[in-house]
Order: sequence, then structure tokens, then C-alpha cells
Amino acid sequence: MSVLVFDAVGYRYPGAASAALHDVSFAVGEGEFVVVAGLSGSGKSSVVRAASGLAPHALGGTFSGRVVAGGLDTREHGPGELAAEVGTLLQDPETQVVMGTVRAELAFPLENRGEPPAAVARGVEEAALALGIPHLLDRATGELSGGELQRVALGAALAGHPRLVVLDEPTSQLDPVAGDELIWLLRRLNEEWGTTIVLVEHRLERCLAAADRVLALRDGALAFDGAPGPFLDWALVSQPALATPGARLFAAAGLGPAPVGVKQARAALRARAPLPEAAPPAVAAPPRRGRRRDRDGALRFDRVWHELRGGRTILRDIDLRLAPGECVALMGRNGAGKSTLLRHAKGLLEPTRGRVRVSGRVALLLQHPGDLLFADRVGDELDPAALAAAGLSHLADRHPRDLSGGERQRLALAVATAGDEQAAVVCLDEPTRGMDRARKGELAADVQRLAAGGAAVLVATHDPEFAVAFADRVILLGDGEVLADGSPAEILAGGWYFATEVARILRGAGGALTAEQGAAVLRAAAPLEVPA
Amino acid sequence: MIYARRASPLHAARPVVGIAWCAALAAAALVVDHPLVLAGLLVALVGAALAAGVGERLARTARMGLPLALAIALIEPLLQHDGLTLIARLGDLGPLGRLDITLEAVVYGSVLGLRALVVVAAFGLYAAAVDPDEVLRLFRRRGLRSALTVTIATRMVGVLEADARRLADGQRCRGTRPPSRMAVVRAVTSGALDRALDVAAALELRGYGARRPAARARAARPWSRHDLAFAASAVGIVALVVLGELGGASAFSAFPRLHGAGVAASGALAVALVLVALAPFADRRGIAR
Repeated sequence: MSVLVFDAVGYRYPGAASAALHDVSFAVGEGEFVVVAGLSGSGKSSVVRAASGLAPHALGGTFSGRVVAGGLDTREHGPGELAAEVGTLLQDPETQVVMGTVRAELAFPLENRGEPPAAVARGVEEAALALGIPHLLDRATGELSGGELQRVALGAALAGHPRLVVLDEPTSQLDPVAGDELIWLLRRLNEEWGTTIVLVEHRLERCLAAADRVLALRDGALAFDGAPGPFLDWALVSQPALATPGARLFAAAGLGPAPVGVKQARAALRARAPLPEAAPPAVAAPPRRGRRRDRDGALRFDRVWHELRGGRTILRDIDLRLAPGECVALMGRNGAGKSTLLRHAKGLLEPTRGRVRVSGRVALLLQHPGDLLFADRVGDELDPAALAAAGLSHLADRHPRDLSGGERQRLALAVATAGDEQAAVVCLDEPTRGMDRARKGELAADVQRLAAGGAAVLVATHDPEFAVAFADRVILLGDGEVLADGSPAEILAGGWYFATEVARILRGAGGALTAEQGAAVLRAAAPLEVPA
Repeated sequence: MIYARRASPLHAARPVVGIAWCAALAAAALVVDHPLVLAGLLVALVGAALAAGVGERLARTARMGLPLALAIALIEPLLQHDGLTLIARLGDLGPLGRLDITLEAVVYGSVLGLRALVVVAAFGLYAAAVDPDEVLRLFRRRGLRSALTVTIATRMVGVLEADARRLADGQRCRGTRPPSRMAVVRAVTSGALDRALDVAAALELRGYGARRPAARARAARPWSRHDLAFAASAVGIVALVVLGELGGASAFSAFPRLHGAGVAASGALAVALVLVALAPFADRRGIAR
């Protein structure tokens, strides 16, 4: 029996020049775990919005065809009525949590359904236990980290035991640990409760192993519908930007079929030949203090502490130096202190102890690029030369809000780095949220171009693949302290969570981080037979 | 979130009573004209915020309302040409014509500014001391549109406060010239609309306002002494305002000359309003110091 049916669905947002969805048809059976893949702007989020009734009820626009979710036709039932059958989790947890405490948030959907108080209390307890958040129940939602908020929002979506849960990039703001935990939590809900899951996700390497089926969208139309393995084979040929690093590793090494996840990849490699010996994990400790410090450098943190009035410590004794032209990735769990460190670099915060020294102007691109944009026209944000340098001249008459996520970010970066004085330090805070691999590659090129111009670039990111694409140094932050500081191979090849998929498949062998490096290691370990 | 749970009589009162009490103060500000009585209402609100432990939060709200009040106080004398006591001649300003500033127009503008500040403060106290979760539950059984309007208005204070902090950081992060004030206002306004839509969508996705069988009624919660005290205080505020209007103690007119109730009568009304408004806070039984 189908829990979600799209029947020739078309949808155009109000005022949009083209349709977001064209003639999309598919059916999702009860208990399926479906991943929706596609590049930015392919229509993935529109599928979620149509399934939850937000499109067209809350968003307006032109809708054609028919969506039946949990047995309810979305043309006749709005999001409020569909909520009993369809739990929805959107990308930004901050805009989805509506109550003041976690307990109230989990109780809210049950109360809206008219459940008696005893059923509400039980539902809250069960949702909290299922998501591992009973310790948060009496916390204020305003105090929670992004990962905690996302779990709470998922708990609220699940509290009424909906038959179908649709999720729009729920891991985009989560660190690798929290992201993996969320995906496996969904798998557990799917297996133990039989909840049908429809998950939109960019980081496919994170979720394909948990999925039964993949729907791939291209330009608003359904381009592929099948199992994860065949999807990867299709992606390698038809849309390489959707192929996972593991699939690209196998393709580069001339192996097949493309593996779905680390476990399958390792099994396939073991079956072919003994796996290359993994190097012992490199110890990339933070630089020792006490030795003579360099007096130059674009950015220096000298024993910087940041303590809140309530006593909580965000940064502890940070000692760092960035040289001009250096590209540094700053990684760590949600709440590790990455954004605070960048804000200190920019001077938005004052250290409680210690000093931050910069050799010139610091540019900071905030997590929400729209916060830097105030004009009604793109052309009014920058002078024509700067706009041309950013490759945005053709968009001069558009409103910044109408740009795509990637274009808006490029504009915000140009605004942050513009000015008479060239920036000596450029900091970017989580710039890859919601970006597909193609756009991440462009951003990595932008970052390297800034570094080539002489700026020290410091980028906070949760994405190991992106870090490898641009960084020549990685700093791992934990609980406000520098845990490790070294080359990408030292930091990202030997970890479990802060590691690329290729490194996890090869368990750090040869320090390989990318598909190309991994293929070279595999070739060296067991030369491939070349067919005659 | 601007709301902060505190151990105070106002926080302990049920939301409908908290709303009524804050609304009574805001309504009083809209009805009375005498500046002394308006000042009394402002004193009552500041005293209540301090007694409820949310003085700092009210100050933050007031900082946002103060520019509005000042703008009203400054612009009104330029637009209002009535009044007989001329204090400045600004000459012929082209399309605006001859611009004469009168004492009456200045006082009238100041009264309007003070009134705006009192209304903003009453809303700020409501946002800081009345639990928005309870308000949400209170309006759930009303129509979807009215419930959403009230809820979004409640939620938006905190959301916009956070947005304003982010936009302020965004301004500081720009490498180019800082945006004009008008551009910032436009960004905040259009952002507020987007955020209101986000909040409305989130509420609907959680089933808020869906037409479902009515919930089994909860056991009626008995009225506490704080409920009764604030309800009585709200009624008292309304009664005092009505009596002040009928008796002329709050009467004030700026034009053609300044004219109003005597200081004794209006001062007595202002003091009475402060005492009636703050009386419920005297009951601190069961609240740890």
C-alpha cells in the first residue's frame, strides 16, 4: 500500500519564471526508506513541501496534478490536517521549534490533535526516549545547540506517530557525529516502528547505506527511481556530481559495481585482494607552547579565552597562528567554539583573556549570507568592477533574495571582502550548508583564489570532503580547545567521524583522502589486471 | 526568546489574566491624554517589570521603542501648525510652506511619543512575563487565522530580536560602505515578513489550528490568588481610567492653548494607577527571595 503518491505533479512558486516540479510521478510504499537526491535547484525541497501540504497551501503558487500523503489528498487537506499523518522536518531547526521548552515542543502536536493529557505525557516520554533526549525535556529551546534543536524538531514531527516522515536536509547544520546519529536514528525508526521515511539529502555518502530506494530529480523532473546501487552506477554516468566519494573511488580504480556505503566497499575490496595496510593513526597534536613565537603572521590567537557571564567557557587558551596565503579548515562538533573563534578573529567579540592580533583587515562571511545584504538590487551592493570580479554582473538587476543559495553566498563573500584595503584574513562560517558537490567545488576554488591573493583563509566546516578540497591545514576544535592541528592527511585520514568516506573505506591507508588518491593506493597495493 | 520564566506573581498568573492586565495598561495609555497620567502608567510598567524580574528585558524593548517615540515627538511639531504660542519661525520651506513651531505642537508631539512608549512597554512586559506556550494553547481553540495572528505576534518579538542581532553583525562584516538606515529598515521589514511565514508554516506543520474533534476538556484549573489579584488590578485600572475621564482628572488638550486637569487631580489619578497596578506584586508568599 502506498503512503505517498505523486501523480503528474507540477508546481511553480509565486512569481517564479519556471516550474520547480514538472510532471513528477512516483509512489512510496509503507515502510520504505527513500532518499531524494539532486543538485541544488533540482526540486528536492519542493517535493517535501508538496508532500507536507505547504505547497501550495502556505506558499501559494500554481499546483497541478495530485499528491496523496497518508491517504489524504493535499488539495483538500492543508498542512495542519496532514500533520497527523505526515511528520515534517525542514532544514533550519531554528524556524521550526515554536515552543519555549522541549517538553512543550514535543507535547504541542499531540495537544493539537486533541489527545487527553495522559496520552500527551506518554507520547512526550516515548518521543524523548526514542530520540535520546529525555535529559533535555525541561531545557529551554532557546538554549539548545543546532544538533539538539534538530533532534527536538524531529521528536515533535514523530510525537504523533505519523505513518510518513518527510525530511529536508536535516543534517545540513549538524556535525558528522550528530549527522550520522540522526540518519541511523531514522533507520531505527523505519525498522522498528515501520515509519516510512522520505529523506532529501545532499551528503549521499551519509545516508545511502540506510536507504531502500533513491529518487533523483533533475530540473524538476524525475530522472532516476531505483535501488541505491543502481543509482550510483547511473550517477557516475549521467550526473557525476551525485556520485558518492566511494563510488568515485571505485570508478577511478576501475572497480565495479559502485559500493553503497563503507561496509560494502570494504567487503568488495577484501574479496578482490587483501586491503592495504592502514598506517598507525597520526598524532597531530596542537603546537607546543613555550618556544619562541613567530612575530609575523596574518592572524594570531595568543592564549585566548572566551567565558560567558554564567561561567560557561567557550574558548580555552587558544594559541594559533595563520600565515598569509594559508588555507585552514576549522572542524569540530556543534558547540565546539568554531563560530566564536571566527567572531574573535573579526573583532565581533572581545576575549575574556588573551589577545587576537591581525596584520590587516579581516573579512568574515557569516553563516547566513543574507545578513550581509541590504540593497534591493544586486548592482547596488557592489561597484560594477567588484560585481564583475565576482562573476555576478549578469544578475545586477535581481533582488539579492531572488538569487540561488550559491549566487547569494558568492555575492555576500564579495561584499565581505570588498573595500579599498585588501583583506589580510578571510573567515567563512559553515559556507557549504545546503550546497551540492558542484557548488562546493566552485567555493573551494574561490577560497584558494583568495589565498593565492595573499589572504590567510580560515573556514569553519563540518564537511571533511570540502575541507580536503581547499585546505592545506586542518584544526580540530573540541570543547573550546585545539585538539589537533596538522595537514589534512594527518587529521582526516585516521578518524572515524572527522574523516572522508575514502579514508574510512581505506582506514587511512596511504593517507588517501580523495577518490583519486585512494585509487592510486589501491593500484599500488594490487595492480589491476588490464583486460587484453 | 524574550520570555523568561521567573518566580513572580505576574508569571504565576494564568495567561488570560496576564494578557488582560497588560492590555488594560496599554488601553489606558491609548485613552488618557494627560502627560502626568501617561507618566504614571510608564512608572507602573517599569515598576512591574522590576518586580517581575524582567527589568533588563523591558529595557531592551524600550531601546527599540525609544527611537519611534522620539521620531513622533520630533516630527509632530513640524506637521502640526495649530497652537497659539509661537516659539520658533523656520521660514518658508518650499512645498511645505511656512513652518512655525508652536509650544502646543511640541507638547502634543511629546504626549504622543510618551503614549507610544507606554504602549511599547506594555507589549514588552507582556512578551517578557506571559508564557507564550500558554498563550498558544489559549488561542488554539479559536479560529485559525486569529490564533495564528496572535501567536505570530507573540513569537515574532524573540525571532526579530535574534534577527536584529544577526543583521547588526552583518553590517559590521561588510567590506563596502555601510547600508543606509532606510536599507536596513527595509531589510528588517521584509525579513520580518519572511520570518512570520516561517513561524506560521512551522505551526501548521505541527497541526496547529487544524479542525479536529475538541480535546477532552482538562479539569478546570482553579483561580489562584495571583489570578484574582491581577484580574482585580486590571478591572481597577479600567475603572480608574473611566472615572478619570468622566471626572476630568485625565483631561488634557493642547490646542489652541495647553489646557488640562490640575496637577493635583491628575497626579492623584497617576498615583492611584501606579498603586492599583503594582498592588498584586505585594503578595510574595511562596516566592523565594
